[in-house]
Amino acid sequence: MSERTNQEWLDDLRGPNNEEAITDLRDILIRGLRYSLSTRSRGDIDALVEDFAQDALIKILDKLDTFRGESKLTTWAQKIAIRVAYTELRRKRWQDIAMEDLLPEDSGPDFTPAILTDPQASPEQRTNQQMIIETVMQTIEENLTERQKNALQAIMGGGMPLEVVADRMGTNRNALYKMIHDARKRLKRELLAKGLSTDDILAAFDHS
Amino acid sequence: MEINADILKKMARAIATTSDEEIGCDDCFEFVDIFVEQQLQGKDPAEAMPLVEAHLNRCANCQDEFEALLDAIKASSDDLE
Repeated sequence: MSERTNQEWLDDLRGPNNEEAITDLRDILIRGLRYSLSTRSRGDIDALVEDFAQDALIKILDKLDTFRGESKLTTWAQKIAIRVAYTELRRKRWQDIAMEDLLPEDSGPDFTPAILTDPQASPEQRTNQQMIIETVMQTIEENLTERQKNALQAIMGGGMPLEVVADRMGTNRNALYKMIHDARKRLKRELLAKGLSTDDILAAFDHS
Repeated sequence: MEINADILKKMARAIATTSDEEIGCDDCFEFVDIFVEQQLQGKDPAEAMPLVEAHLNRCANCQDEFEALLDAIKASSDDLE
């Protein structure tokens, strides 16, 4: 396979006889995907890798005009291929799990504080922990929207990836990140106003 | 959401590291290929792109993809010079 500069890649991929360049780029994507997925996925990944590389190639050719040349074209292309592969793998992994399934059976749709059970805490520490939990819960209830609460439930309580939660909520990963960022900023400000710093919270639960 | 010590600590850490100025996943994606190349060249991309570094530390999805891209580039014969 010949080494190409970024400009040569662009010229070859855009040219009338671009089959060789596309084949070369596909080989690079497949090699990179195969290696990165081999350490993270179980089972036969070869068929998946071929599909991901093909889907990525379509996106890459469609986005060529947005490539700014600040990295190697092959690195930029592999970034897109990784995004395609990981998005699809996350969706598949979580496809049978609803956000509602991540709530414990005895919990309602809202933020109801559960009884804190920390077997390693002393009675005094438990009292302090319970006070902190109630303050945090109250702050969440008073300041976050239902969408913010639902997203936090799924991500922090259920471990659902941001991207999957965004799909379920009819938004995208970037917008959901910003929505949660707004929630974090609000909670930080309100908790501080109540005299509770995040250091206080961490210290109360870091005794063990 | 059942609030227990683990979730509360997770939430507290997320709040503690919250900054007014954060970039989202789209901006991180925009620069992560440059970030990866600088890292592989032995430079310190966090110094040049602290907001990207901070986002990678906060966002598990972007962190996963960053690590996967590092692996993919290392595996590629069309690697960095």
